[in-house]
Amino acid sequence: MAVLDILTLPDERLRRVAEPVTIFDEALRAFIADLEETRRSGPAAVGIAATQVDVLKRIVIVDVSGRKNTPNHGYLVLINPEIVHWEGYETAREGCLSVPDYTGNVIRATRIRLTANDPWGRPLELEMEGYEARAVQHEMDHLDGTLFVDRVVSRRTDLFRRKVYQKGGQPKGG
Amino acid sequence: MADWHMLTLVGADRPGIVAGVTQAIFAAGGSLGEASMIRLGGNFTIMLMAAVEGGEARLRDALAPVAADMDLRLHIDPVAGGLHQHLIPNVQVRVTGADRAGIVAEITGALAGVGFNILELDSDVAGDPRRPVYLMHIQGYSDQPIEALEAAVAPIRASGIAVDIAPVETLIG
Ligand SMILES: [Zn+2]
Repeated sequence: MAVLDILTLPDERLRRVAEPVTIFDEALRAFIADLEETRRSGPAAVGIAATQVDVLKRIVIVDVSGRKNTPNHGYLVLINPEIVHWEGYETAREGCLSVPDYTGNVIRATRIRLTANDPWGRPLELEMEGYEARAVQHEMDHLDGTLFVDRVVSRRTDLFRRKVYQKGGQPKGG
Repeated sequence: MADWHMLTLVGADRPGIVAGVTQAIFAAGGSLGEASMIRLGGNFTIMLMAAVEGGEARLRDALAPVAADMDLRLHIDPVAGGLHQHLIPNVQVRVTGADRAGIVAEITGALAGVGFNILELDSDVAGDPRRPVYLMHIQGYSDQPIEALEAAVAPIRASGIAVDIAPVETLIG
């Protein structure tokens, strides 16, 4: 196993679109082991995408099981992931191994349903929510060359005002 | 690299101010650091870090025409520090209530009392002009548990101000 180098912004290689995985062999599983070792070697990242280590394959790893009170599927390797259903949205703060020294608020779907393959090519279908769903969306963005900085919203336009309306219960004209 | 200065510009809001100011700094060979521009009470306000050979005098010369042209007041301070010094907040505090004197002082005083370090604060007065509502959003860093912050603001809540304190967790992926 090996810790791989992580590409960081503004490296243009982070902007490329990754290719689907078609061969599920030992070499693929060895790469996944390296990718996981890389995730664990740095700051406490809950996910990593192959694009971040300059491998243009549609592979992400997510593991939010270390976070308290968080519904999760444990250590997840998602190959060729596709989100087939989105529901709700919420804003929360994100950072990225590929974007040192910057964090920002990003809107993500609250609940998602997705399909993927496991490291042996078997089909997976998963439903997830909250923090785990956010992590998967962040990592899947990498596969399309998108970074969270492309989705950051101003700190003055978060859920603040909407929440106030809910508490007040009487939006103007409502 | 020249030393950083903090520029503060205030004036009536109109289109093109940011472009005019930043072009003047660029034309003087300066570089820009971090910036924060916001409308406050309908006024244009911006604070931005700039560095240029020749320091404050050069900045003042470069900006004088645009400040005069756009009717901006300009203030320049030398600043220590620099880029790449971001701190990540771990707590957010949202405050809403009928506008009255002292809200900000009470909330921030209570938080300071338990060692809370404010990293970002913005506030608005919104609502019907006859019944103004004060809204404030704070993000900061606390090494105390949320319960300690809750206890600190409890007396303010009792006075009818809604104070929502929640952890901010930054997902790194
Ligand atoms: Zn990332």
